[in-house]
Amino acid sequence: MIFSFDLLFEAVLFGILLGCFYAAVSIGLSVSFGLLDVPHVAHPALMVFGSYCTYIVASYGLDPILAGVVLMPAFFVLGVLIYRFYYEAFERRGSEAAVRGLAFFFGLAFIIEVGLILTFGVDQRTVEARYIGSSLALGEYRIPYRMLVAFGVALVLTAGLTLYLSKTFIGRAIKAVAQDEPALRLMGANPVRIKQWAFGIATGVSALAGAMLIIVGPVEPALDRLYIGRTFCVVVLAGLGSMTGTLAAGLILGIAESIVLMMLGASWAPAVAFGLLLLVLGVRPQGLFGR
Amino acid sequence: MKFWIPTLLLAAAAFGLALSGVNEYFFYAAYMVLTFVVLATAWNILGGYAGYVNFGTPAFFGIGAYAATVLFKWLDAPLAVQIAGAALMGGLLGFGVGIMTLRLRGIFFAIATVAVIFIMETLMINWRYVGGATGLQLLRPEPMAPFESYTRMLFVVMAWMVLASVAVARYVQDSWIGRGLRALRDSEEAAEASGVPTLRLKLVACVIMGALMAAAGAPMPMYLSFIEPASTFNLSYTIGALGGAIIGGMSHWLGPIVGALLLGSLQQIVTVTISSEVNVLIVGVLLVVFVVVAPEGILGLVRKWLPFSR
Amino acid sequence: MASFLQVKSVSKHFGGFTALSEVSLDIAQGERFGLIGPNGSGKTTLINCIAGALRNDSGSIQFKNLEISRLPAYRRTRLGIARSFQIPRPFHTMSVLENLLVPLAYVVHLREAEGEAAAMEILAGMGLADKAHGAASQLSQVELRKLELARAMSARPQLLISDEAMAGLSGSEVDEVLKILFELNARGITIIMIEHIMHAVMRFSQRVVCLDAGKIICEGTPASIVQNADVQRAYLGA
Repeated sequence: MIFSFDLLFEAVLFGILLGCFYAAVSIGLSVSFGLLDVPHVAHPALMVFGSYCTYIVASYGLDPILAGVVLMPAFFVLGVLIYRFYYEAFERRGSEAAVRGLAFFFGLAFIIEVGLILTFGVDQRTVEARYIGSSLALGEYRIPYRMLVAFGVALVLTAGLTLYLSKTFIGRAIKAVAQDEPALRLMGANPVRIKQWAFGIATGVSALAGAMLIIVGPVEPALDRLYIGRTFCVVVLAGLGSMTGTLAAGLILGIAESIVLMMLGASWAPAVAFGLLLLVLGVRPQGLFGR
Repeated sequence: MKFWIPTLLLAAAAFGLALSGVNEYFFYAAYMVLTFVVLATAWNILGGYAGYVNFGTPAFFGIGAYAATVLFKWLDAPLAVQIAGAALMGGLLGFGVGIMTLRLRGIFFAIATVAVIFIMETLMINWRYVGGATGLQLLRPEPMAPFESYTRMLFVVMAWMVLASVAVARYVQDSWIGRGLRALRDSEEAAEASGVPTLRLKLVACVIMGALMAAAGAPMPMYLSFIEPASTFNLSYTIGALGGAIIGGMSHWLGPIVGALLLGSLQQIVTVTISSEVNVLIVGVLLVVFVVVAPEGILGLVRKWLPFSR
Repeated sequence: MASFLQVKSVSKHFGGFTALSEVSLDIAQGERFGLIGPNGSGKTTLINCIAGALRNDSGSIQFKNLEISRLPAYRRTRLGIARSFQIPRPFHTMSVLENLLVPLAYVVHLREAEGEAAAMEILAGMGLADKAHGAASQLSQVELRKLELARAMSARPQLLISDEAMAGLSGSEVDEVLKILFELNARGITIIMIEHIMHAVMRFSQRVVCLDAGKIICEGTPASIVQNADVQRAYLGA
């Protein structure tokens, strides 16, 4: 175990970049699970699906980030369809929906993962871009450009979504439906359409998150399993329904993982998210800023 | 009595089958199918009866397999002791996870069970004694008389474990524990208001589930003569257990048996003829279809279409 | 006189929202107590704190001189507090009879034949005997309300909290439920009734308390409550 302040600083720096990335990939879940209460364990799988779609679109020569943006409308529609189906099949019927809803999304995640294996095989896929492969030199520290790109996109995405939810009419309607659905109904708004729209946005965002994922590193179909830990860790640590909390929680996870990576190596780093998740659930399940 | 007589007959039949001239491959394949029956039955005690979904079957299965490995390597323990030790560890894990998360909503428990898989796997990968990431070769002892091969002996062990776990599930289902679990599944608030100690019952179900799943994992290292983290903590155990129970029917102990036999056999056929990925795809699709269209599972469909009801 | 149920300065917050603010009540054994207040005033929250579905943030709740505010709900039921739910929560995969068997088993410790006999008796008293073996999910609104009360009664409580059991019922149905509650009270059971149907509360209660925005704004006999200006303002708006 090598320890020096230099290494620690580099780990923290990397952790901040990583953390913003984690926040960005979790923000879709913050909406679908945190606000809408959908047991969306297929969120990471959809994101990995987004990565593969980015891979395909990018192979036509498009920059991966642009590819992600281009995919967003299609994923929005996909999200609307998934929510609609979920609502008709489960939420509407109430009662035992809990087990069935969870099982449904779990089945969906499995189908996506296996579908990807059958289509692309188990090998890792990467994309290419000018900013992947080289690093920015800041004094003694080297920061990979791809992390900076992901960091930038992550900030824009997180800020954008947070503003959308607090400033626009639909955004505030989404927050309202999360807090008090009956009241919203009384005001004449249709909560189902609002939730549908919100879920669509969450899924659309996942497309861009998927693009960032494949920029930051190679992807493989089973990656969604690891990201279940990371995204749920961030969302639970943030506190359900808190968008700003997502950024804070992402940073905490990113820095923690980065430090563990530095001190204990790559075989321990994946367990950080899951360990942190269990810790939060055991000690303070409402998270940092939960309602 | 209506239950015990067929059960004892089946136990004897399994024993007899193992001594017969049936092809060795049958026992090899049947062992896996029977494992899934135990896992699905155990899963259903918490998932079906109480309504708390456990995604972490591999964690409990795995802790059983590794507990057995440790007991074998350290103490040269016989299989029965391995199974008992495994059950103990599985029960403890069930208690630990339960006490942390069963107070919370179902989805938090479900995600926590995923976390436990990864944490357990990471711990085993980093533990030299059990072989770490590369795994450990194990030398099987001689099979007990009158079995001519270890696999045949394991077949009987697993068959008896199926009968034992079904007996446990049936006891839980028909007892007042079962009624309390059903009440808390239907409405946890109303159950509490009716005097049901919901947390305690959930913990009991979780501990039983964990112990049974771990027991099912205990003979695995002997079955393969090998143990390593990736295949032990494989998520296909999750879908097998969960899928078996949901597809078979969650409200009765017969459901997981039907479901797991179906899925287990499907797995054996499809994996050999096409591929294991296609098998998982089929199970995934079946799961989604059943959950949407036939939530009562095969048992529910049978009940609807046949004139008599159980 | 030894107090039966004593609620002392109970407060409950949900994030930034204060649902209950320093609420204090004293209920005597055998009393018929009415709790009224506009929607959102905290009535159900107060009931939830007494029954244990929620934990109060501060203050104390004493039942038969025992501090219960830290006890889980099922313990309080076993001590003698039962409640019905505003929106009925039947055990929907069970029959009507089986619904009652749960509290009979877990609170009164009656099983098998004894439990079934006791359950049938209660159902008969509620007029639900013919539905005993039918599915709880098939009941009508009135019947569900009665099942709620029947199930609460199966716990053989000393204190019964009825949370808007009559909401949405017709005139004769309200009378039916009221009759049942009077009979229960005649047997010695203390009853707290939360209702919006004013004439029912006024007929039933010996004492009434009015909540508004988490605070008690008035307490007294039904007649005096109705006259009270604050109460009128709370219901009709400022």
